[in-house]
Amino acid sequence: MDSSIIRQLRKIAGKEAVLDRPEELMLYEYDAGVDKHRPGAVVFAQSTQQVSQVMKLASDKKIPVVPRGAGTGLSGGAIARREAIVLSLARMNKILEIDVPNQRAVVQPGVVNLELSNATTKFGYYYAPDPSSQKACTIGGNVAENSGGPHTLALGVTVNHVTGLEVVLPDGKVIELGGKAQDSTGLDLTGFFVGSEGTMGVVTRITVKLTKLPEHVTTLLAIYNTVEDAANTVVAITQSGVTPAALEMLDGWMVRCVEANVHAGYPEDAAAVLLIELEGMRETVNEQAEAVSAVCMQQKAREVRHAKDEKQRQLLWLGRKTAFGAVGRVSPSYYTQDGVIPRTKVPYTLAEIERISKHYGLIIGNVFHAGDGNLHPLILFDSRDPKQTENSRKAAKEIMACCLKFGGSITGEHGVGLEKMGLMTAMFTEDDLEVMVRLRNAFNPESILNPQKMIPDLHFCREITGPLPKAKFEPVAGLPV
Amino acid sequence: MSETAFEPGVPSPHMHDPHLHPPANAAKDAPSWELLSTCVHCGLCLNHCPTYKVLSNEMDSPRGRIYQVLQVNEGKMPLGETFVQHIDRCLGCVACEIACPSGVKYGRIVERARAQIEQGYKRPLIQRVLRNFFYNKVIPNFRTLSFVAKLMRFYQRSGMQTLVRKSGLLKLMGVADLDKLSPQIDKEFFFSEIGKVFPAIGAKRGKVAFVAGCINNVAFSHLNRATVNVLTQNGIEVHIPEGQGCCGALHAHAGLREEARALARHNINIFLGADYDAIVTNAAGCGSNMKEYDDLLENDPAYLGRAKEFKAKMKDVTEYLAGIGLVAPKRKIGQRVAYQDPCHLANAQRIRTQPRELLAAIGCELVELPHSDQCCGSAGVYNVAQNELSMKILEKKMEDVTSVSSDMLATANVGCMIQLRAGVQQRGLTLPVKHVMELLDEAYGGN
Repeated sequence: MDSSIIRQLRKIAGKEAVLDRPEELMLYEYDAGVDKHRPGAVVFAQSTQQVSQVMKLASDKKIPVVPRGAGTGLSGGAIARREAIVLSLARMNKILEIDVPNQRAVVQPGVVNLELSNATTKFGYYYAPDPSSQKACTIGGNVAENSGGPHTLALGVTVNHVTGLEVVLPDGKVIELGGKAQDSTGLDLTGFFVGSEGTMGVVTRITVKLTKLPEHVTTLLAIYNTVEDAANTVVAITQSGVTPAALEMLDGWMVRCVEANVHAGYPEDAAAVLLIELEGMRETVNEQAEAVSAVCMQQKAREVRHAKDEKQRQLLWLGRKTAFGAVGRVSPSYYTQDGVIPRTKVPYTLAEIERISKHYGLIIGNVFHAGDGNLHPLILFDSRDPKQTENSRKAAKEIMACCLKFGGSITGEHGVGLEKMGLMTAMFTEDDLEVMVRLRNAFNPESILNPQKMIPDLHFCREITGPLPKAKFEPVAGLPV
Repeated sequence: MSETAFEPGVPSPHMHDPHLHPPANAAKDAPSWELLSTCVHCGLCLNHCPTYKVLSNEMDSPRGRIYQVLQVNEGKMPLGETFVQHIDRCLGCVACEIACPSGVKYGRIVERARAQIEQGYKRPLIQRVLRNFFYNKVIPNFRTLSFVAKLMRFYQRSGMQTLVRKSGLLKLMGVADLDKLSPQIDKEFFFSEIGKVFPAIGAKRGKVAFVAGCINNVAFSHLNRATVNVLTQNGIEVHIPEGQGCCGALHAHAGLREEARALARHNINIFLGADYDAIVTNAAGCGSNMKEYDDLLENDPAYLGRAKEFKAKMKDVTEYLAGIGLVAPKRKIGQRVAYQDPCHLANAQRIRTQPRELLAAIGCELVELPHSDQCCGSAGVYNVAQNELSMKILEKKMEDVTSVSSDMLATANVGCMIQLRAGVQQRGLTLPVKHVMELLDEAYGGN
């Protein structure tokens, strides 16, 4: 990076707030995903004004800028392209206001998701979107990726919980979108910004809804001898009319991994388990728990256990939420997938994933938000072996092809980022993508902000990615296609 | 700035550090690939790390430190000033190990990285002289320790300290904070008790060896006496074996693994010399290190077996007492007590409930301190070596302390006591800071 740019960045943010030495920049070449690229500089903004000044400088000098929160993303959204400036918002981490009567909180983007809930539970409220990385990830990052989590089945994803944003545009202009009110006047630009993966503007202040803590919560653990029975239960529960707060599935391999980490009492000999959470008024929850247990047993569950106390309930959830990381106990590297399928296709998709796993000789563990049909197959590989690394990418592509074939999507909540940009052409037509590009250009015409992310460059995308492999299906007896 | 610029051994034009080091994975004690590769860089540790919370930069996070060690091992990053700075800044509180879903043994990684630094990096002269004096001359040698302590006692009690403090000289030299952190040296040292046996009072329930520690002998002899009293009152015969030395915790944390090994072998010889039910300590840092003797001596076949035997007997005094159950105390301490978890007890030894059980058993009303398992910034000699950062971490701790209403602060490690007392003093509070053993001692009617 040009030393005069570094000097100007230091003038804006302070001497200690700019990194430019290779030994330091190396630490900003990764996130929690697989892609790596070293930035040209890192700057830590401490105010909206500083963000605005950085953007103005970058626009003038045509230097790309990549916003970054905690770097827990899985799709490379915060990874630099070219010699970009990484704009860290981690130091803008103050909760500005907790407005209990209006059920709103106003936060800076660097506030850690769980810390907001921790600050509001004493008032009887919490912040509902709960990505598994919630103890580390930032709300700014959640807004960029429109993050979900286990409890979004009943309560919705980030976009359903954000009512207002302060945004710095690439030219340094600061705009206000929405506010504390439920509905915004004019175009709903707040909703439009959430999930734009840092390609439209830098979010510097966020107004979120606070959700009342439920009176009663119950967690059930349904244990199965076959994956199919568990998958069929997911469909049966939603058909029964009960919408659980969360409905998660782990296959047997994942169960053993997770149990080694948390010792929560997950049955290590199970082929699959469902983690089902019900919340609301005490009587309703108890009735629903009975109804759900009955459905599970009808679908050949071996056993349905109720979390015996709050401690065990927390442990079960801790296991689920740390499932990705727990894989590190058995494999040096893994590649997390984030595909979506209609939930009725869960049984068949799992069979297909197993076929792909055998074909490439790679272990694939499954942990996912079954209620939403949001799969997270984890492909295990050893990054020191180039063949395995390549195969993991091929297997991932085949899994995505399978999701699309079933009318699903290539991402449920982790975003497109760098990782899945090449797959966008498989999901959208050129016309669809062109509209997206035009919208992006209205805010970020020169692609200063997070370039080469999410939306592929239309003229080149076909050549870069090549056609998706055709999904192969081998019929499995007794399963609906 | 392509990847090739960092090929091992190829000097890069981007390197600011002139000493380009060869891959450091060949160094003795270097962390193995197996140890490092359990980290899948998910980042769930970040917000549990006290230095990340203060600095918000990746280099001072557990994930970032592991990444740096990996780069240094592969020769992609020099074993230079930047690396040393970020590894030095780690408190070693291992709160990240609690947060880590992959079971990364971060504490072991950072201790090995520090060994690499000691073996492959030349610190500035003044640091080398001070470190050598402290680690090799003062703490392992009780005679020198006693001499240095006497000098300090003279400084503190002759009125010189008051004079110097008033003169503003300390502020001028930038060491005013350090002066506050120096422990008050005792009138009578505990060295005189080493070699003695204290009989059990009442029905005998056990026989233990007591680790007297190093600084405890000269600045916390009262605490050591209290601990012995509580144990004997509980029917335990307490031996304080002659010849015992420093446990080597500070050496291991500083990367001086050979020195730590020598101290470990010595203590194994002394403490396994007689048949004790347990070896107990009232210092969380010592205890956690002594429970790691088997890791320290993993490549020493002559000692590994005995190191494991030693580890099996090693107990924190709160762990030991909660395990055998307390004899009813003479009086109840009816005060509201906020308990701060020492990192080396809660995180390194996973001992959280036992000290609280003991406090409840003597009638204390426990007040839960928010973030009680987060480091106070003491961390051995960290508050002296990394004073500025340590004070920022303490600042956060004191915010939590003042957010609750209690009559006193309790903890179970002397380092934490010194740090918390400095924090209390800085804020002008009148909150006493006590060790759990001191409170128990009061409940049993004192010495």
